[in-house]
Amino acid sequence: MAFVSSGYNPDKPMANRITDIGPRKFDEFYPPVIKKNKGKWLYHEILEPGVLVHVSETGDEVYTVRAGGCRLMSVSHIREICEIANKHCDGHLRFTTRNNIEFMVDSKEKVEPLKQDLLSRKQAGGCYKFPVGGTGAGITNIIHTQGWIHCHTPATDASGTVKATLDVLFDDFTNMRLPAQLRVSMACCLNMCGAVHCSDIAILGYHRKPPMLDHEYMDKMCEIPLAIAACPTAAIKPAKVTLPDGKEVKSVSVNEPRCMFCGNCYTMCPAMPLADDVGDGIVLMAGGKVSNRISAPKFSKVVVAFIPNEMPRWPTMTDTIQRIVEAYAKDANKYERLGEWAERIGWERFFEKTEIEFTHHLIDDFRDPAYFTWRQTSQFKF
Amino acid sequence: MAKHETPLLDQLETGPWPSFVTDIKREAESRAKNEKNVEYQIPQDCCDDLLGVLELSYKHGRTHWKHGGIVGVFGYGGGVIGRYCDQPEMFPGVAHFHTMRVSQPAGKFYTTKYLEEICDLWERRGSGLTNMHGSTGDIIFLGTTTPQLEETFWELGHNLDQDLGGSGSNLRTPSDCVGQARCEWSCYDTQAICHDLTVEYQDELHRPAFPYKFKFKFDGCPNCCVASIARSDLSFVGTWRDDIKIDQEAVKAYVGGEFPSNGGAHAGRDWGPFDIQKEVIDLCPTGCMRYEDGKLEINTPECTRCMHCINVMPRALRPGNDKGCSILAGAKAPILDGAQMGSLIVPFIKVEEPYDEIKETVIEPIWDWWMEEGKNRERLGELMKRQGFQKLLEVTGFKPDPRMVQEPRTNPYIFWKEDEVEGGFDRDINEFRKHHQR
Repeated sequence: MAFVSSGYNPDKPMANRITDIGPRKFDEFYPPVIKKNKGKWLYHEILEPGVLVHVSETGDEVYTVRAGGCRLMSVSHIREICEIANKHCDGHLRFTTRNNIEFMVDSKEKVEPLKQDLLSRKQAGGCYKFPVGGTGAGITNIIHTQGWIHCHTPATDASGTVKATLDVLFDDFTNMRLPAQLRVSMACCLNMCGAVHCSDIAILGYHRKPPMLDHEYMDKMCEIPLAIAACPTAAIKPAKVTLPDGKEVKSVSVNEPRCMFCGNCYTMCPAMPLADDVGDGIVLMAGGKVSNRISAPKFSKVVVAFIPNEMPRWPTMTDTIQRIVEAYAKDANKYERLGEWAERIGWERFFEKTEIEFTHHLIDDFRDPAYFTWRQTSQFKF
Repeated sequence: MAKHETPLLDQLETGPWPSFVTDIKREAESRAKNEKNVEYQIPQDCCDDLLGVLELSYKHGRTHWKHGGIVGVFGYGGGVIGRYCDQPEMFPGVAHFHTMRVSQPAGKFYTTKYLEEICDLWERRGSGLTNMHGSTGDIIFLGTTTPQLEETFWELGHNLDQDLGGSGSNLRTPSDCVGQARCEWSCYDTQAICHDLTVEYQDELHRPAFPYKFKFKFDGCPNCCVASIARSDLSFVGTWRDDIKIDQEAVKAYVGGEFPSNGGAHAGRDWGPFDIQKEVIDLCPTGCMRYEDGKLEINTPECTRCMHCINVMPRALRPGNDKGCSILAGAKAPILDGAQMGSLIVPFIKVEEPYDEIKETVIEPIWDWWMEEGKNRERLGELMKRQGFQKLLEVTGFKPDPRMVQEPRTNPYIFWKEDEVEGGFDRDINEFRKHHQR
């Protein structure tokens, strides 16, 4: 493994340096049919699950075949995507916000060969490489975070929980039988770098034990004031601690009942780890949305306070998700999002129909907004 | 023969959905064979070791990654996230495994030529594993060593004309929906403004000067496909001010069942024949529509542009001609003080190059305020809560408007300022006592 220089000279870092050029400009990547018809599109239609047509006022059409994909993608896989796009789409493609791959062609005859090519490619274990779907009143790809593959604060894995869930919900990726679209999102700790808090169903990793304190190393590994300042509930205070050998060291103490298990202290201070095999697991949230359609955007609500991590396929979690999806599919009106359905029938009915136990953990007790979520009327359902 | 046994991960190699485990194994095998004689600049078996450490996490139920440390490229305070394995002796191939964020092109359109160049670079100088894309929108390069950071950055800039994205207390790489490139509903060119602001604010993107992260996201219409309203400090949501354009013939075609409702989105179930009264008129949140004698009427001033009728009948209804965007401020995920949705600060603004009005009357005054008053790790939405919506009006100079609230306040505890009250607060107690005994 010989070092190959790019041309960068560590002794003269500023020599011939290129900075602040930003991303490549979007329009150099447009397929010709997009470049020609941008801003001129008249309408679209979903011809079948995963296949869209957009029709322009010029008479041009663009057909899009949408394929699911893991957001974690090897260069070998990307090269295979490129091979497909070279073969069918003159070397153009795009990705969606939800990690789907979109292959675009400019005539209807090109759709079926492209689709068949995508569906014919399978991995060794039989998984599709490019499942076609993710459109309309169904489930599309689950957006997610890094999880155990590459992050220091996760309470669960992201890629694995998503794979397990999409295997269970797969029929709804390739079908459009639901009352409306149902967006599932995954974040592996409550910092939610994936911003799942407005999803129809959110899978959230959650810690339940306060940080352990590595007193001997606290002052060596950390800026103690930063760890104290990082705590959103002011649960951390400076403390002098006597080690077993009698030596007194600077450290911190944690007011444990105030800990909300966010891990912000651990981000600032590696001597405060909080991951735990039984403490960590999954919270399920439901009923959020970002669209302004019919009703205003909504936050997801916590409907299951805790499900243990059950590697490698999280069966209790996927069973519960499936129950929510089936109850919604059976009971909601056409166009009704999951949260709109729950509000119409009442959350008391939601728990009944989904067979989820309502526990005290689901009643908000965090600061001001909590009060506004309690029932302040005599109207409720028996 | 795999370097590490992975019995738990192997169970994720079946089922219909693509398996990330199989994909990582594919890359591990490709690196082991090295048929193209790539001069790998980080350990050739890093993908094997990544599977090994992930298997250990599946066994332990805990992560094996340590946080960051300060790594980056010279002169930038973002774009690289340091990452170290906490079992480096067992998994030396991923002992140092830093992430690089690469600023994605607006709209996420690509040519295969560009992607192949990206692949060649990352196969040689990194793990060959990516995220297409990260949550914020960047292309994520997953895993390399410290010496390769500058080398990768150099090749990105010199050979691919491509820069890093944002991380830390910076402007994060802005992102947008597909927009007018391939959507009939987009009320402005999301790609154009996304790219323009990304390039304009490169300094803010690369050099941390903010209290915390700051995000722009651009949704072309109120359907909000990039979720700007839920997760960006400034959310640009396309909208319009005039009449929804109606093609009455096409409305009739929907009523007659010639066109599928909602662009065919409900084709997977028999919902019965399309009923315009039940599915459109009765679901309109403002009740501003009626369908009588084969004619659809919309009372435009009462419409709140929720998109439902347009979504249901895309061939008959289209957004109007007087288009622009609404700007909402302060959205964020729950940490630290609970989730916040964006709050409407600009009901309507035109979105026209060079976007001076947006930059000078919205973005920059808000940044000045937040950089002056924001505490460490305080998002804009939290500052708005702490200092009040009035303060946001004060720093931007926008006039208060009932559109900015869901309802007026329910408490009368108004913090009147001295200059708002006739005569000010300075009074003479002796003059008062002349008329009021002690």
